[in-house]
Amino acid sequence: MSDLVWNIGYGHFLVLAAVLFLIGVGGVLFRRNALIILMSVELMLNAANVTLLAFSRMWGDLSAHTFALIVIAVAAAEASVGLAIVVAVFRGRRNVEVDRLTTLRH
Amino acid sequence: MDQSTVQFLGLPLLAWIPLLPLVGALFNLVLGRRVSKQTVHTVAIAAVAGSFGLAMFLVFGDLLSEFRAGRGGAGLSTVVYTWIEAGSFKAQLAFRLDTLSAVMVLIVTFVGMLIHIYSTGYMAHDPRYSAFFGYLNLFTGSMLILVLAANMPVMFIGWEGVGLCSFLLIGFWYENEAFASAGRKAFVVNRIGDFAFLLGMFLLFWATKNNSLDNGGSLDFAVLKSAAVGPAYVDVPFWGGERLAAAAAILLFIGACGKSAQLPLFVWLPDAMAGPTPVSALIHAATMVTAGVYMVCRLSFLYAASTTALIVVATVGLLTALAAAFMAFAQTDMKKVLAYSTVSQLGFMFVAAGTGNWTAAIFHLGTHAFFKACLFLGAGSVMHALEHEGSATPGDIMTMGGLRRRLPITHITFLISCLAIAGIFPLSGFFSKDEILGGAFAVHPEGWPVWYGKVLWAGLLIGALGTAFYMWRLYFLVFASEGRSEPAKQAHESPPSMTVPLIVLAVFATVIGWIGVPHFEHFELPGFMHALAHWLEPSVTHQWVGEHGLPGGPISGELSNGTTVVLLVVAFLVACAGIAGAWLFYGRGPSRTVDGWTQHGWFASVYRASKAKLWVDEAYDVAIVRPFKVVARGLFEIVDRFVVDTVAVNGSAFVIGIFGRVSRWFQNGNVQRYLVGVVIGGALVFVITDCRKKPTFDYTIVGNQIQLHADPGSGMAGAARIRWDLDGDGKQDKDPARPGELLDKRDVTVTGYDGPITMWVEDPVTRREVKVTRTISLNNVKLNEAKTWWPPPSAPAPSAGSAGGPAERPLDPEGAK
Repeated sequence: MSDLVWNIGYGHFLVLAAVLFLIGVGGVLFRRNALIILMSVELMLNAANVTLLAFSRMWGDLSAHTFALIVIAVAAAEASVGLAIVVAVFRGRRNVEVDRLTTLRH
Repeated sequence: MDQSTVQFLGLPLLAWIPLLPLVGALFNLVLGRRVSKQTVHTVAIAAVAGSFGLAMFLVFGDLLSEFRAGRGGAGLSTVVYTWIEAGSFKAQLAFRLDTLSAVMVLIVTFVGMLIHIYSTGYMAHDPRYSAFFGYLNLFTGSMLILVLAANMPVMFIGWEGVGLCSFLLIGFWYENEAFASAGRKAFVVNRIGDFAFLLGMFLLFWATKNNSLDNGGSLDFAVLKSAAVGPAYVDVPFWGGERLAAAAAILLFIGACGKSAQLPLFVWLPDAMAGPTPVSALIHAATMVTAGVYMVCRLSFLYAASTTALIVVATVGLLTALAAAFMAFAQTDMKKVLAYSTVSQLGFMFVAAGTGNWTAAIFHLGTHAFFKACLFLGAGSVMHALEHEGSATPGDIMTMGGLRRRLPITHITFLISCLAIAGIFPLSGFFSKDEILGGAFAVHPEGWPVWYGKVLWAGLLIGALGTAFYMWRLYFLVFASEGRSEPAKQAHESPPSMTVPLIVLAVFATVIGWIGVPHFEHFELPGFMHALAHWLEPSVTHQWVGEHGLPGGPISGELSNGTTVVLLVVAFLVACAGIAGAWLFYGRGPSRTVDGWTQHGWFASVYRASKAKLWVDEAYDVAIVRPFKVVARGLFEIVDRFVVDTVAVNGSAFVIGIFGRVSRWFQNGNVQRYLVGVVIGGALVFVITDCRKKPTFDYTIVGNQIQLHADPGSGMAGAARIRWDLDGDGKQDKDPARPGELLDKRDVTVTGYDGPITMWVEDPVTRREVKVTRTISLNNVKLNEAKTWWPPPSAPAPSAGSAGGPAERPLDPEGAK
């Protein structure tokens, strides 16, 4: 047990990433608030980043870092656009519950 | 082969004879409703007249010169293109105009042209004027294909084409349910015959293919009648010892029975009178129904090879002639009388064909075409006139009478045709009927009872008596005495478009008989009087076919001058007797005496039998139609209602409905719920398939070396830790290059060892260790020289590069990276 606590290896990072990813998935799947869903998407992206960096360490290959940086940049862009949409929707309808945004369904 | 050098629009002239009416049909059926009636009938008549002109040009031009050169049997022929080619079978769209088909072509186009002209008057007020002329043209084209066909498949096109047109035109006024079902009846009954026709055709093909020809089968008439094929008909036993020709000929004759309304398939023809009268005249009297007779004559070489088939043909013809004549006695519908008369006359033609008297069959076919077309058109004229005066039952002869004064031209032409059909000298029917009677009297085919020809002759004589009687009964009831209804008293003569064809037909019905005057010994008649027999001679056979297909003696029997004259006189007297009888009973219209006979006493039952058409339709109803309906009903309930409707259609709908009800749960438009499905599904795919690649190692054998390459599998990649056991002792081997360390290279080489090799792979993340063992064999290497293992269990590892052969160098340092 102490080995698991003190000898931090690749496995710890990967498990952390998996947990983060699952939290993100759960948020996207089960939350109704568009803001929370956006946050959950961010969580999933960052879980992917953690995985990338863990394997980067494992291989001793730095090129994964570039990839992680690109993900961060894209996530930032995506978050700004997403938040803008959420804000715009909220202004129009005073609510951002995704299951009530059904205008395009019909 | 192509003898007609003159071409028109890329096709030889011969092909344009059937093509012109087909073009006319195409025009009228496609564009007919957009153009005026004037244009419609101009195009239709021009098409048929063009065919007629072309036929005249070819027959009296090229064909006549061929005939004079002794090649009338080969005639003119042309191949338009190859229609079917399958294996050794080849059917070409080919036409042949020989002397036999020339007669038919001239009759079809000439009578057809007159009837087209007549129709302009008769159908003038019909709303489907263009369709009518389109169908008429289509019919003419199909009939011309039938008679001009150079092989049986092409003939079959025409055969089916005329059947189709017959169906379309019988049911032309399809708003009337009875008329529509008359059309269906004709179609169905014809189909039975067509089926037999096809079987006969297949049998001929089989015969030619298997029995005498090296070049495979053929259905070309020229090949079928060639001497090389003759033995195939005769020497091959079929159906229990009969000649093959008998089977083929009888099958084809059943086809002819359907088309030419012979017993037992004649029932459709009387019903076919539902069609417009010009149709009855053209299709159901003059041309289409004679197709069967034509076909038998066309295949005379086949029928001459089997006297069994001929006795069938003759007997069926005789029975039909008698039965139909009997049924005609008591009919009160003008067209029905003529219809039964047609059936009866067709029976006469088949007796002629059945006695090998092909010329007489064609002769009677021709004269019948003229006088029967004239009779039908006359009937049409009468009915047209009565209808015009508001008669509700224009065809009922009991309400007519006295029309000789109201319709003078119709009357005269009808009178002439009645004389002709009764067989009164010197009109056409006299000669043609006598030709048949004389032929039947004289013929003695091998295998027939010697007296059978006389039986046929006597039967036909009774038939002729009946013909004269019922035709003149019709004549007296329609034209004699006084009108028995208001419309009959007020009727007016039809327009010239209708009377002119009547006159022309009547003229021909009068004179055409003189081309077939009987031969008299030592007595020269002018050449034209034997023109028909002379003309047809090259196209039909005159010899029986004996063993091995060799000629077996002449068909026609010899009659002395005295017998000929006696037969002529007897036939003439019989005709007169028939007319006299009709005058006696009906000369002054329906009389109370006759009515009394037909309602009481022994004669009443005979009369009822005739009136009820011998209950043939009822017999068919009980024997065939009702059982068929029961079977159809059963099939409908079981197959259609249960299997198709309930199980297949509703069952599948039910299953899909359940599926839909279940999936409506998920397919609710909520994107998040879809995503749950995607995530769960994706996870399941990974778990179930377990698609991760397992750790393993692969190897290459080079000489006595095994080059090993570790493949740690997916998920572990380069970070995986590798261990080897290269000597089969179950322990992880040490690295000779690094004392104290275990061997952890990915590529290692083993020399001369072929025991089990084990690799351990440890996952860097989970620390889970996977063990892989493979046994590799170096089967083609001398093991005693090479065998070693690494490292030696007891000895320390030798340094790389030291001497000592393969044992010293188990591991290739170059292979490790």
